[in-house]
Amino acid sequence: MDGPKKNPPRVKGVKSVETKHMEERDELYRGLKDLDRRSFLKVSAAAFGAVAGAGIFSPHSFQPVKVAHAQPVTGKVEQFRFAYISDSHLYERSLNDRFINALMRAVDDVNNMNPQPDFVFYGGDLAQLGQAKELEVGAQILKNLKAPVKMMVGEHDWYLDMGDKWRELFGQPTYSFDHKGVHCVVLNSVVEKDFWTARKLTPQQRMQTVAGLDNGVQSPFSVGAEQRKWLENDLKGKPANTPLIVFSHSPLYKLYKNWNFWTDDADEVQAILKRFNNVVVFHGHTHQMLTNRIGNIHFHGFLSTAWPWPYAPEGLPELTVQMSRPDPFNPNDGCGDGSALVHPDGLADKIYNLWNRNPVTVSKNYTASRGTKDKPSVPVRKSY
Amino acid sequence: MIHRAIVRRSALVIGIGAASVIAACGGGQGAERPPSSAQSGAGTPASGEAPSVSPSAITPSTVDVLLCDGKTKVNVPQGTPGTAIAGQLMAEWMRKNPNSGWEAEERERHTLQPAADNSALVGQVEGQTYGRITPQDVALWKTETERVATAGSRVFHDAGELGSTIGVSCDMCHPHAANTHPETYPKFQAQLGRVALLRDMINWCIEHPVRGKALASDDPRMRAMEAYILAQRKGKTLEYGKH
Ligand code: HEC
Ligand SMILES: [Fe+2]
Ligand SMILES: [Fe+2]
Repeated sequence: MDGPKKNPPRVKGVKSVETKHMEERDELYRGLKDLDRRSFLKVSAAAFGAVAGAGIFSPHSFQPVKVAHAQPVTGKVEQFRFAYISDSHLYERSLNDRFINALMRAVDDVNNMNPQPDFVFYGGDLAQLGQAKELEVGAQILKNLKAPVKMMVGEHDWYLDMGDKWRELFGQPTYSFDHKGVHCVVLNSVVEKDFWTARKLTPQQRMQTVAGLDNGVQSPFSVGAEQRKWLENDLKGKPANTPLIVFSHSPLYKLYKNWNFWTDDADEVQAILKRFNNVVVFHGHTHQMLTNRIGNIHFHGFLSTAWPWPYAPEGLPELTVQMSRPDPFNPNDGCGDGSALVHPDGLADKIYNLWNRNPVTVSKNYTASRGTKDKPSVPVRKSY
Repeated sequence: MIHRAIVRRSALVIGIGAASVIAACGGGQGAERPPSSAQSGAGTPASGEAPSVSPSAITPSTVDVLLCDGKTKVNVPQGTPGTAIAGQLMAEWMRKNPNSGWEAEERERHTLQPAADNSALVGQVEGQTYGRITPQDVALWKTETERVATAGSRVFHDAGELGSTIGVSCDMCHPHAANTHPETYPKFQAQLGRVALLRDMINWCIEHPVRGKALASDDPRMRAMEAYILAQRKGKTLEYGKH
């Protein structure tokens, strides 16, 4: 399949041809992986329509259905960089412009990266209360990114309409793709057990409950049996030396249950990932610098653009290089965005671009050596 | 005295005889109510007690039973057991006071550190002006203290109560009041150019990240939030001035 023409004119606020192309293609492939026939027809028809309408390809370009299932990664793995933005927690602009401005700042940061990252990964919690307007304004702002965007869902995006609007804007929350020899998996790790029906909560009340980090009425996050099965299938037949990156909104390990810094079936998910030599998990939700390693799996958290969370009172992983205590007098302190440099072995240097401090790199040598080598410089003021 | 204090805990008490209707219910002295418009906490009616029968029964076969609030009334057939009447009154009162479950609800949502247990003092007389300390006294102290902190938890977690103009509440940055460090106050805050008390820092956060209006020191919301924040740091060593 040929790519679109290079260097199309770029208009602010309008998606680049590449972004559109990547999105439409991903959407199509994502849809095709649902093997049930009805959704196949729906998705492919939508994609054909969109693509034909945009005048980029003839619909025939998308017809070889088998291509949707990625071949096992073979051949050389190339180093690449992706940027991340996460946890913007947007309200509508008329209610709260601070979080909106913060996301716009992150978009600017990423657009100023030179060279441009291969893609931008959005780590979830785009909206604060899952409202259509919040998700829409977020989608609008993210369209200004020059590089293609990959989306992940967070609990704040989901529990008003159980993901309807999010899926309408961004597609299915669970998908995988291959990039330069690395297999990448995106999960929806914020599946909660139904706590709302018995309590007769309205969708708004359900959302409000989930939106409170310390609200004990909600249930712990999980990936769930269905997605675990999907994951097993997705990884089936891949050799152990396939470099593997997993994106999840919550950390795929058990850190602190009271704030859902936690995935209830983390052990089961880790068991699926165990047979690979190198796995890197990137997660949102914790709004802080956070590093962990469990066996072959290396974990890195994303910063939030909206606000930093305090460190959990217990269970902090040993490898974590804590960020400085945020200064309450500076609303951007402790917030930021960042990037990851993925090496041919699949391990990554994780860069935390803190807006009010020097950037911190947590290198692959640091996690690979379990913290004995390449220790990042320690910040002046730890939390207490 | 003790009796009155205990019954006051449940705002819903059915008086015994017309005279005690008012007396049993109006006795709260300085009771901390949840700040704002919400009703004070409602316990369950003391189910064993006989209901007060208002003199103004309408027909010979039914009676009006008046709740101690002087307003809530149910009309029941004569001879209805006290517990059934209590249940009906309770239901009627709850219908009119949808916020009455606020305390239980708040505590289910947001865990609160328990107030100190003083049961070791039961039976002692020292320092008490009204006799030996009873288990009821100890229970009352704890319940009332935790109630103020619970009221604070409610404000802390509610952008509306805080008067935020941007939908932001304290828990968004301070889950379970983490990183509020009340044990370090008073301390010099260079950015404020003076020594700040805990309430000054609370007000600072209300005005800035929360974008609301500062609260007066004796505002019930401020009192309640101080109580909540202090409660959550139970067990921490006081270290005023620590940065
Ligand atoms: C947008 C984020 C944000 C919100 C919302 C917020 N704060 Fe803060 N607040 C901070 C940060 C960051 C600090 C500094 C934390 C530290 O020192 O570790 C802080 C510090 C404080 C401190 C002083 C802590 C110390 O160590 O001296 C108190 C007390 C406090 N906040 C109370 C509140 C209260 C009460 C509210 C709600 C009215 C609130 N905050 C809302 C971000 C926030
Ligand atoms: Fe978040
Ligand atoms: Fe989250």
